[in-house]
Amino acid sequence: MNFDFSDEQKQMRDAARKFLAEKCPPKAVREVLDGKATYDKALWKGLAEMGFLGVAIPEEFGGAGAGHLELCVIAEEMGRALAPVPFSSTVYLAAEALLLAGSDAQKQKWLPKIASGDAIGTLALFEGKGNPSPQAIKLSAAGGTLNGVKKPVPDGAIADFAVVAARTGSTGRDADISLFLVDLKAGGVEVRSLTNIDPTHGQAELTFKNCKAEPLGAAGEGWGILTQVLDRAAVLMAFEQVGGSDRALEMGRDYALDRIAFGRPIGSFQAVKHILADMYVSATLARSNCYYGAWALSTNASELPEAAAAARISATQAFQHCSKNNIQVHGGMGFTWEFDCHMYYRRANATAVTLGSLSYWEDQLIDRMRKKNAA
Amino acid sequence: MNFDDTPQEAEFRATARKWMEANAPKKYEAELSKSSLGRIRLEKEEIVDVGKAWQKKKAEGGWACLHWPKEYGGRGATPIEKVIWQQEEGVYGKLTQPFQIGEGMCGPTVMAFGSEEHKRHYLPKLASGEHIWCQLFSEPAGGSDVAGLRTRAEKKGDDWIINGQKIWTSGAHYSDYGLLITRTDPNVPKHKGLTMFFLDMKSKGVEVRPIKQANGMQEFNEVYFTDVVIPDSQRLGAVGDGWNVSLTTLMNERMSIGSRLATGFPEMFEFCSNLMTEDGLAIDDPATRSKLASWAVKASGLKYTSYRAISSLSKGERPGPENSIGKLVSGTMLQDIATYAMDLEGAAGALTGADEEAASGQFQQMLLSSPSMRIAGGTDEILRNIIAERVLGLPGDIRVDKDVPFNKIPTKGR
Amino acid sequence: MDLKDNGMNFDDTPQEAAFRAEAKAWIGANAPKQYEEELRKSSLGRTVLKGANILEVAKAWQKRKADAGWACLHWPKEYGGRGSSPIERVIWQQEEGPFGKLSGMFIIGHGMCGPTMMAFAGEEEKRKYLPPLASGEKVWCQLFSEPAGGSDVAGLRTRAEKKGDDWIINGQKIWTSGAHYSDYGILLTRTDPNVAKHKGLTMFFLDMKSPGVEVRPIKQASGQSDFNEVYFTDVKIPDSQRLGAVNDGWNVSLTTLMNERMSIGAGVSTGFPELFDFCNSLMLDDGPAIEDRNVRSRLANYAVKASGLKYTSMRAISALSKGDRPGPENSIGKLVAGSMVQEVAMYALDLQGAAGVLSGPEDAEVAGKFQAMLLRAPGTRVEGGTDEIMRNIIAERVLGLPGDIRVDKDVPFNKIPTKGRA
Repeated sequence: MNFDFSDEQKQMRDAARKFLAEKCPPKAVREVLDGKATYDKALWKGLAEMGFLGVAIPEEFGGAGAGHLELCVIAEEMGRALAPVPFSSTVYLAAEALLLAGSDAQKQKWLPKIASGDAIGTLALFEGKGNPSPQAIKLSAAGGTLNGVKKPVPDGAIADFAVVAARTGSTGRDADISLFLVDLKAGGVEVRSLTNIDPTHGQAELTFKNCKAEPLGAAGEGWGILTQVLDRAAVLMAFEQVGGSDRALEMGRDYALDRIAFGRPIGSFQAVKHILADMYVSATLARSNCYYGAWALSTNASELPEAAAAARISATQAFQHCSKNNIQVHGGMGFTWEFDCHMYYRRANATAVTLGSLSYWEDQLIDRMRKKNAA
Repeated sequence: MNFDDTPQEAEFRATARKWMEANAPKKYEAELSKSSLGRIRLEKEEIVDVGKAWQKKKAEGGWACLHWPKEYGGRGATPIEKVIWQQEEGVYGKLTQPFQIGEGMCGPTVMAFGSEEHKRHYLPKLASGEHIWCQLFSEPAGGSDVAGLRTRAEKKGDDWIINGQKIWTSGAHYSDYGLLITRTDPNVPKHKGLTMFFLDMKSKGVEVRPIKQANGMQEFNEVYFTDVVIPDSQRLGAVGDGWNVSLTTLMNERMSIGSRLATGFPEMFEFCSNLMTEDGLAIDDPATRSKLASWAVKASGLKYTSYRAISSLSKGERPGPENSIGKLVSGTMLQDIATYAMDLEGAAGALTGADEEAASGQFQQMLLSSPSMRIAGGTDEILRNIIAERVLGLPGDIRVDKDVPFNKIPTKGR
Repeated sequence: MDLKDNGMNFDDTPQEAAFRAEAKAWIGANAPKQYEEELRKSSLGRTVLKGANILEVAKAWQKRKADAGWACLHWPKEYGGRGSSPIERVIWQQEEGPFGKLSGMFIIGHGMCGPTMMAFAGEEEKRKYLPPLASGEKVWCQLFSEPAGGSDVAGLRTRAEKKGDDWIINGQKIWTSGAHYSDYGILLTRTDPNVAKHKGLTMFFLDMKSPGVEVRPIKQASGQSDFNEVYFTDVKIPDSQRLGAVNDGWNVSLTTLMNERMSIGAGVSTGFPELFDFCNSLMLDDGPAIEDRNVRSRLANYAVKASGLKYTSMRAISALSKGDRPGPENSIGKLVAGSMVQEVAMYALDLQGAAGVLSGPEDAEVAGKFQAMLLRAPGTRVEGGTDEIMRNIIAERVLGLPGDIRVDKDVPFNKIPTKGRA
């Protein structure tokens, strides 16, 4: 057994951390937070140059062909730095969907552009409130055109293309759902930006009106593909969340060491120490669950659905826990716009719902454990 | 990253499995599988007797205390081989409970501080289960504050004379030897006047009194010492250096306690999978699912945290205080799980008889036993301090008694 | 409400019933009904009126109440109150209902500054300053917290130096609610840095328009600005505006802070009514949210916390109406409600699924109420005493546990370590 990343993967993590520390300091995140940019274009280009965008894309499609363990390592660093770029939508959702279900031509068209930073992709799944479910998909596809509304779509306002989940049947079964690929720059889609709790990462509404679309994967297999894409994205997003949890914990620790009240560092009071110890515990449990998810993802193991749900739940809980208590340790200063604590709190609570809520994944986990036990 | 055995590991696993197949006491398998925290007992036999027989058989086959050197009764196995063995030993590992303190704490301390002669004399019998060891640290006046202990050792010729009282000694009533920390100098600050010994529990003047616990069972004891004589040759480490010696023991305590921790989750998952409520299986209820999912990720988080520790162990790194999280997480979790299982049983949840209700009273036993998990081997609060101070690097608490001579520390008249 | 030998009841006594009827009739005739709906819907992090300036609406309402004798009910009449009993004040609050949310900007003045003035100011000052405070014509703020002294209030560094009959103030305060629209403030300063930190403090009140006072808003994590930094540069305060003796400021401030925790505890928002309403109308994928067992289990947990707080405050009211002084037990209000409102908001977002991320009033569920609550909630766990300070208060003042070890207790203030802070 070797339940750890390899030395090379750790070197890649160090490289990513160094790169992001330099190119993505909190000041850069704030440019997007304050609405001065929709995303950090220079950072996006830089990530492409470092080979991070295509790290899991095979070489024949312009990527580095490294693999998903490497991608997990990068994802963690993106979460630590709160990178204000469409990484999760493009890499975890769009690229994964293409890799799983795209035709050779589709992969040739989009994957090299993703790897080079020339195309931003996303997944248009949700239609208002609710969690992933075939019944909730109303947007219709007929004769190669789409009609309907998707919201929220992560990074929808800046995306060049979208993988769209559409209804192609009405039997009430999973086979009613098919996936389509839409070039968002080709017309037929109205885009509206939506205000959201984490302004460093945009959300949008996409309205499709007789929009031309090409099928992605076989007709009627959309739901099966989506489930796999969401599982993969859940693991990758969990690494982002763990990266964010760790950073929030470090911020709280550093402040507790620095801040003096009643003549001593506040970190010498047990009330503060125990808050931080509990943050450490939740971040550690999440990290360990994520490692298992990474293993399942990288080997495409049959355990992936269960491992992904566990990583997702554990990392969501940890990031929410660590980010809110980081503010608490900082006291009033943590509640100012000027301190960075709230950026982690916002990201934690945004990532907690964007792939489907905690309750949804809890339900999925138990379902999957039961199926495994029955088998 | 992979979970595959290397060829050597696979070979070791095959050897272990084959030996288990031929030698394990299969007649207890069903009972052991069903036992959970607060409820390890065999219908017809004393668990200590069955445990001793199993330990002896393992020792003869070379499967006892695997990671110890051969000359002290072990196998000289690697850390990863020990883990593989534990996986293969499976439910029979529950039989080793009476030996855990000896193997995990007393043995390593004797190995680090005992003379070569003593090591060769005492360790093999400890390994084979012929002799059971206990650890005599806690006192009424010093629980979490171990160094606050008051049991005196006074030098008399070549011997030490011991007077005082210990408490919370697991298994003292069936132990043959014990590791004992005493105060040899009350005129210096509390950490500086301690000395460690080992002693024969049958020595004259040692009296063991069982403590009836809140759950009705008796696993712990008070041990009284009245003019007990210990030869100086049984001293471990220098006079006045007992605190440092005890750190070796305690670090091992937290690690060995962390390794086979019950969380209650597997029992709970099985229970909910089978429990019929008025409107269907409990596991189909969304409220139950949400709770199960939260416990599931804690249990798996602990499991994979230990895998990460094993991985670093197999690379030759020493696992650090990070492992303190195991007991911290599982203690509260056991309590929560037991409480919720009883909730699911409705009013019948109050019944504790083995025949009375669905899960043979196992959650009721778990509920009554779980408070001790949050206290024994370091309270939740001490573990959080360890994490905050040794992992996160926060300053230690202000110790008002740190530089004060022990006999000047306020005691409320004790 | 009373706990008599013959049993517990929530009925009004005849006098109370008469008072209630009078209040109800007056509110029916005078309340600004056009804002009722908006006020009812507003929750933590989101009290806004469309097309009206809430400060002006609030001032107008307070003035109208004062003119008719319904402002600061429990204050003596000569200072602008009504001389009411504590129980009458509670009845008034029940009848005022959502319009009470308009009093937000006066809570500090009425709950903290006013009582401190009443206890320590001269008769002339009381008659001059308290009536306009009661009527909302003048708004007051409280200037205690500083960058170097948050939870550790007594660690403050703002200096006051005597010069003739005046005091000259230099320093900086932070977290001052409403300083930007306040007319007066009560100010805690250090007058002697050579004695232990609690012993060298003195309290004043001052005109916020004095030369040398500069107010800068703090942008909060939620994006709003409810608090300010206030800078003092050679600000002059006449000695007649001193409250209490020189160097007795710590004792004076305890009066204020005790009142703060009580008044903050009073109207504290738990988020439960909002969540219950939301779940009552929300449809999930497999039916109404309120039918879902998981939702019910959570709601029930929140419900008993909310009702526990409500009845704890009723018990305090009962004690009050018997003339007992409510003690530090009220600290539990903010402690419980602070983390609860945060959990409630998180769970409401969870129930909305991926769309929970949206916060714009037009696109988000229930106009983004829970998103605003989520972003405001961390502040509740910090302001007016952090959760940790509240737990210390409960442990020490209610349960009688010993205080923390204070390493700076007997150390002269200018010898306390500061990590290089000036």
